Amino acid sequence: MPEPRDYQTEAIVIKKTKLGEADRILTFYTPHFGKLQAVAKGVCRPKSKMAGHLELLTYSHVSLARGRNLDTVTGSQTIDGFLAIKNDLWLTSCALYVTELINQFGAERMENFPLFQLLLNTLQQLVPAPNKEIVLRYFEMHLFAEAGFRPQLRECVSCRKTLTPGINFFSLNSGGLLCPDCAQNNPYRYPLSVNAQKVLRLLEDCSFSTANRLKLDAELAEEIKTVLGNYLKYLLERDIKSAHWLDSLKEQIAQAAPPALPRSPDSI
Amino acid sequence: MSGNMPAAEAINNLIQELNKLPGIGPKSAQRIAFYLLRSPEEESRLLAEAIASLKQKITLCSVCCNLTETDPCPICNNATRDRAAICIVEQPQDILALEHTGVYRGLYHVLHGAISPTEGIGTNEIRIKELMERLQKNSITEVILATNTNLEGEQTAMYLSRLIAPLGIKVTRLARGLPFGTELEYADDMTLTRALEGRQTF
Repeated sequence: MPEPRDYQTEAIVIKKTKLGEADRILTFYTPHFGKLQAVAKGVCRPKSKMAGHLELLTYSHVSLARGRNLDTVTGSQTIDGFLAIKNDLWLTSCALYVTELINQFGAERMENFPLFQLLLNTLQQLVPAPNKEIVLRYFEMHLFAEAGFRPQLRECVSCRKTLTPGINFFSLNSGGLLCPDCAQNNPYRYPLSVNAQKVLRLLEDCSFSTANRLKLDAELAEEIKTVLGNYLKYLLERDIKSAHWLDSLKEQIAQAAPPALPRSPDSI
Repeated sequence: MSGNMPAAEAINNLIQELNKLPGIGPKSAQRIAFYLLRSPEEESRLLAEAIASLKQKITLCSVCCNLTETDPCPICNNATRDRAAICIVEQPQDILALEHTGVYRGLYHVLHGAISPTEGIGTNEIRIKELMERLQKNSITEVILATNTNLEGEQTAMYLSRLIAPLGIKVTRLARGLPFGTELEYADDMTLTRALEGRQTF
């Protein structure tokens, strides 16, 4: 039996590109079709009935019609517009970072329900979370797992021996920790403190609510951010554009805040 | 596509060039090329001159970054306009739309884009530096943020208001709500929320 011409799905808008005068190509992440690209006609016009439901960072119920090349969006209804995220510069930037990574790691037309769940959870957690950076780190760790790049953190990836507490080395090309003996000849290694290793192991297994209770000092947070960022870059073989923006915005917020106040952007 | 086309070289060149324009496919390009060939020489000469002078004459206004033939542009030069208000827009086309209303009498500033982290467009890629210099040099009392009401435009507006508010300048944003001639049932949450928040005594 041929596939029906029309179908419906829930979807989160993760990217949009202009197409011609008033059309857009949208990239959705969906629960059962993975990443999906579709044309939305006329959404740049002020009277478009769909435009508001198809903005970036919107969780919508969309109807699509199969096309020869790209499918066309025929209708949409917002489920959650994440208004609290969109009303805040820092949260919007965090959320765009998340969607850029989903767009990079998500496979087109390949169902990955856990990855969709992770995306939705992350967007929902961003607003109430006391520390947005931890949400991003949690997201990155679980993104690795769902995309098939879960780093090996409990035994040495080379000699398979259980790691001893102490400084071990994160190796980008072997995807996990190396014991000091095996790390000597590896050019892509980063020394990782005991605490950083503990946090990574915790993030890998725990729930959002446990992660939210974590308190990291600035140095440890930076160490974890750097190693995960480098692993991301190594896997994607390219820079993550929104990460640069996130860093520069964080710096500007820190500069603008009077020194007496906590300098974390999350306090703003 | 020029290699296997039987038309003369000059026609092929023109078709290829026209084909690069937005919204013009190979067939439309062919139609335009053959139309020009049949029409009086005067007509194609005027078209060619108009296109050639576009890049030669148009520059960016040194004050507001709008496209202009004279520097400063006619709006910045107009003595009757209110010099204490600056309206910030993303594109020169936005000025045309706003001017068409005839309601606004202040000055403009064109950013030439909006902050879009995933496209790699940050604060240095759009004309924020020029704006900040302008705000420091002149006595401005109000800045109107008229960026688009999509995510990038909103983000740019939020960023600019953080930057400008500490200077003691009043920062306003164009009202966001329902466009004229729409039906309420199709409006999205964001628009309806804004429309309710910004409701006025009737």
